[in-house]
Amino acid sequence: MSVLVYTENWDGKFKKLSFELVSYASKVAEMVGGEAVALSIGNVENAELEKLAQYGAKKIITVDPATQAFDEQAYTKVIAEVAQKLGAKVVVLANNNKGKALAPRLSVRLKAALGAGVSKLPVSTSPFVVYKKVYSGKAFSDIELKSDVKILTLAQNSFDITTNPQAVVIEKMDVAAGDIKTEVKNVEKQTGKILLTDAEIVVSGGRGMKSPDNWGPLEELANLLGAATACSRPVSDEGWRPHGEHTGQTGKIIAPNLYFAIGISGATQHIAGISSTKYIVAVNSDKDAPIFEAAQYGIIGDAMKVLPKLVDAVKEMKSK
Amino acid sequence: MKVLVCISNVPDTTTKVKFVDESKLDTNGIQWVINPWDELALTRALEMKEDASNGIEAVTVAHVGLAAAEPTIRKALAIGADNAIRVNVDPKDAYEVASQLAQVVKAENFEIVLCGIESADHNGSTVGGMLAEFLECPSVTCVSSLKMEGGKSVITREIDGGKEIVSVPTPFVAVVQKGIAKEPRIAAMRGIMAARTKPIKVAEPQAVASLTEVKKYEMPKPRAACKFVDAENAGELIALLQNEAKVL
Repeated sequence: MSVLVYTENWDGKFKKLSFELVSYASKVAEMVGGEAVALSIGNVENAELEKLAQYGAKKIITVDPATQAFDEQAYTKVIAEVAQKLGAKVVVLANNNKGKALAPRLSVRLKAALGAGVSKLPVSTSPFVVYKKVYSGKAFSDIELKSDVKILTLAQNSFDITTNPQAVVIEKMDVAAGDIKTEVKNVEKQTGKILLTDAEIVVSGGRGMKSPDNWGPLEELANLLGAATACSRPVSDEGWRPHGEHTGQTGKIIAPNLYFAIGISGATQHIAGISSTKYIVAVNSDKDAPIFEAAQYGIIGDAMKVLPKLVDAVKEMKSK
Repeated sequence: MKVLVCISNVPDTTTKVKFVDESKLDTNGIQWVINPWDELALTRALEMKEDASNGIEAVTVAHVGLAAAEPTIRKALAIGADNAIRVNVDPKDAYEVASQLAQVVKAENFEIVLCGIESADHNGSTVGGMLAEFLECPSVTCVSSLKMEGGKSVITREIDGGKEIVSVPTPFVAVVQKGIAKEPRIAAMRGIMAARTKPIKVAEPQAVASLTEVKKYEMPKPRAACKFVDAENAGELIALLQNEAKVL
């Protein structure tokens, strides 16, 4: 009985998320009494594939795509066929852009119940019950997956990587992708910037930043900490910062280890986007701002006055 | 071309949710609204219809749910949808919703189907992709811009750290997110009046077995009280993050 985990690659490389997925899949495999098998689609060097075995993958299957384009239908067909060939009982994907595209299609194709956006191991495997957040983190629910095959998508930054080295077994499988209907016309990529969804530390600003011209110290703090920058919805709506930085219910949902909310009052919709964050630090001039109910650490004060002090304190920490 | 926008009826996003016996949502005092992402999808569909170059003749909204959701459907009509279809069943899960919607799309031959990327209740991000697989048609997910040019789709989808412009043939499902429309359109008085006479077709459901079942709901554990540090002493905060939280 196997647990198949789809490990996406970024220009032939894996990242922390890939290892979180394999660690998670191998724990699920232990629970169902099976083994974790990783699936990689596209061109990835063996040395990179071997890394997956470090986190518990007993076998690594590679499939060549018929195309460079990410065609949701074709990828679904490939993953479904591999799952069927293996007789996989559980298929694990990331709850990221690609996982959100593929998991629901796979659910229908394999007639497999989908537990979307889980952050913990299943509560039980017989019956198969998963725990996930609902109402954008305002509540949680236990959901039974009633089908024979199950699909789980794992929330990023929610599961600790565990080393569990296995002998490396790489197998190339021939699977036809079928018709490719997606034509990619153009790709725009930012390079050299930490992705908001990957970041372990995020420094985020709200209306308390007062003007689009005041973000220098916030960016400096982020740079010093190796953090990504983010913002609240009013800030992106005003055009002070790009939409891609908007964190909240309708923007990006993130789960870093540490989140600085600078001049953000903490509307329910904002909290919904950061509710799985491990530690929230809030800086706000209003002591009654709701952000302090979500935060573990707080400073009451004006963002523009507190930021330079935080920058100095981090510089001092780094000089030690 | 005909566009279908799938809408979900959800509690207003500012709602503080409560449950009865850990098993169902306490609906007392809840304001029901069009799911925010679906509302953006509807706004974009209407913008496309208004710009003749997209070649859109009609925008229909579809909802899977009981008659209690009609005020939300009327709101979609007031915003500007031409007509609506409601599949008369209380769906048990996203799989059932998608399966019912697939019948609607097949019966009426919609060429473009728009779904919001997530619903504000179960946060599954599932219905759009499931629907596309039921229809065996292409889907594009994380869509932040969409138009039709000479009958061909021009779609922007978000990828990690950037975006791609892609095209897929009709019929297709676009699963849309923030950016697809600037702001949700608000119903004007004239639209509200017009919506009263717009048709809502009630379709009978197909028999579908759900794949999942909610066993219980629970509230998040309360977080510990916030620890305040004096604004003059930022160093103390950094020390707490290093030594107590161990995140630096």
